[in-house]
Amino acid sequence: MFTAAELDAIWLSLLVATVAVVASLPLGIGLGWLLARRHFRGKSLLETLLHLPLVLPPVVTGYLLLVLFGRHGWLGEPLERWLGIRLVFDWKGAALAAAVAAFPLMVRSIRLAFSGVDPRLVQAARTLGASRWNAFRTVTLPLASHGIVAGAVLAFARSLGEFGATIMIAGNIPGVTQTIPLLVYTQLETPGGLKHARGIVVVSIVLAAGALAVGEYLERRGRARLGTIHD
Amino acid sequence: MALSFECQHDYPTGFELRAQFTAPGGVTALVGPSGSGKTTILSILAGLLRPRQGLIRLGDRILCDTQRDVHVKPEQRGIGMVFQDLCLFPHLSVRQNLQYGTRWCDPARLNFDRAQFDRVVQMLQIDELLDRQPHTLSGGQRQRVALGRALLRGPQLLLLDEPLSALDQPLQDRIVTYLERVLAEYPLPTLLVTHRLSQVRRLASQVLCLQGGQIMPATADAEPLHPDSD
Repeated sequence: MFTAAELDAIWLSLLVATVAVVASLPLGIGLGWLLARRHFRGKSLLETLLHLPLVLPPVVTGYLLLVLFGRHGWLGEPLERWLGIRLVFDWKGAALAAAVAAFPLMVRSIRLAFSGVDPRLVQAARTLGASRWNAFRTVTLPLASHGIVAGAVLAFARSLGEFGATIMIAGNIPGVTQTIPLLVYTQLETPGGLKHARGIVVVSIVLAAGALAVGEYLERRGRARLGTIHD
Repeated sequence: MALSFECQHDYPTGFELRAQFTAPGGVTALVGPSGSGKTTILSILAGLLRPRQGLIRLGDRILCDTQRDVHVKPEQRGIGMVFQDLCLFPHLSVRQNLQYGTRWCDPARLNFDRAQFDRVVQMLQIDELLDRQPHTLSGGQRQRVALGRALLRGPQLLLLDEPLSALDQPLQDRIVTYLERVLAEYPLPTLLVTHRLSQVRRLASQVLCLQGGQIMPATADAEPLHPDSD
C-alpha cells in the first residue's frame, strides 16, 4: 500500500513530532505559568521572542537555528564536542526545528489554561498545609491539565507539518530526515508527482485531523470532569 | 489561645488599613461594610498577604513581625480558613477535599486523623456527599464541606470569611446551627468576618467594628453603624 520511503517518512514524522513535544513540554509549562502568574521586567520582550517563530518566515527560523546549532554554531559546536550530539542533517535537528516552530502555540494554550485557574484555590491549598510546590502540583497543574493537553496536541499537529526550518537544518535525506512534508515536496518535484503524492497527503491530513480530534476530546473530557461543561 | 494583631497595610488604590485588636478566645465577629478591610485582615492573618508593617501573635507564637523580618508561611501557621467563595477544589471529590489538609501532616497523626474524619463528617452531616464532586452540591452543602476541610487540618485558629453571605435565610439559620455545634465540639478561637452582625450575633463573644480600615470602638449595637451595603 505504501512504499518504503513513505513508511519511513510516516515513522520519522511521528518520531520527530513526539520528541519535539515531549522535550519542549516542561519548558512550555514553566514559561506558560510564568507568563500567566508573574509580572517581571522584560516580560513583553520574552513574549515577543516566544511568538517570533509564529510570524517569522520558516526559512529564517531555520537560518537562525543553523547559526546557533550548526556544526560551527554557538551551541552546535560545544554540543557535538562535549556531548556528541549532532543536529545538522539528523532527525534530532528536525525535532528541534519542529519544537521551535510549534512552541508558541503550545505556550499560548498552556498560559491560557494557567490564567483560568483561580489563584484563591492555590491560597486555599496553602492554608491547608501545602507548600508552594505541592499546591502547584496538586491544584494548579491538574486544573490546567486540559489546556496543557490541548497545547501539546496542537504542538504535535504543528510539528507534523513543519517544513521550512526542517529542510534548512536537517536537510531532506530519505530515511534519515525526510518527514511527510519533505516527502510530499520531493514527490511533487518528480514527473507525475501530483498523483504519486496523493497517498502520503491523505496520511498527512488524517494524522493532523486525528491529533486535533484526540486533543479536543481530551480537553472536553477534562472540562466535563470539573463541571465547567456538562455533556 | 489569644490572638493579638497589629498591622498597617496600604494598597496602590489609596486604601489604608491600620488595625489593632486582641481576640482572647471564643468567637470574635469582625463587622464592617464592604471595602472596610475585613478580608485584608484575614489574608494577613492567614499569611497570604504581607503587611507593610505589623506584629501578629497567636498564643506564644509570633506569626509575623515585620521589624524582625519574620513571616511564617501560610502552610506553617496552623490557621484554618473558610473562604467567602469556599474555594473547594473542583477536580477533587468531597472526600478528597476533606482529606486535602491531612495529606501534608505527619504520618504519625494518621490514626488520629481517621477518627477525626468520621467525627467531623458526622457532625456536619456530609457522610452522604463524600463521593460527589463539588459542582454537584448545593450552597449549604458546599459551606459545610469547606468548614469540615478547614477543621480537619487541626487548626489553632479558625477564620471564617462571610460564611453566610451567599445563602438564603433558612439556610443561614441552619449553617449558624452547624457552626454552634462545631464550636461547642472544637472550642477554637475563631475570627468571623461579616457585614451583617444580626446573622451571627448569637455566636459572637466579642464584636469588633471595622470601618475605613480602622477598628472603631464597639457599640452596644454595632449594626446601625454599618448599614448593609449589599
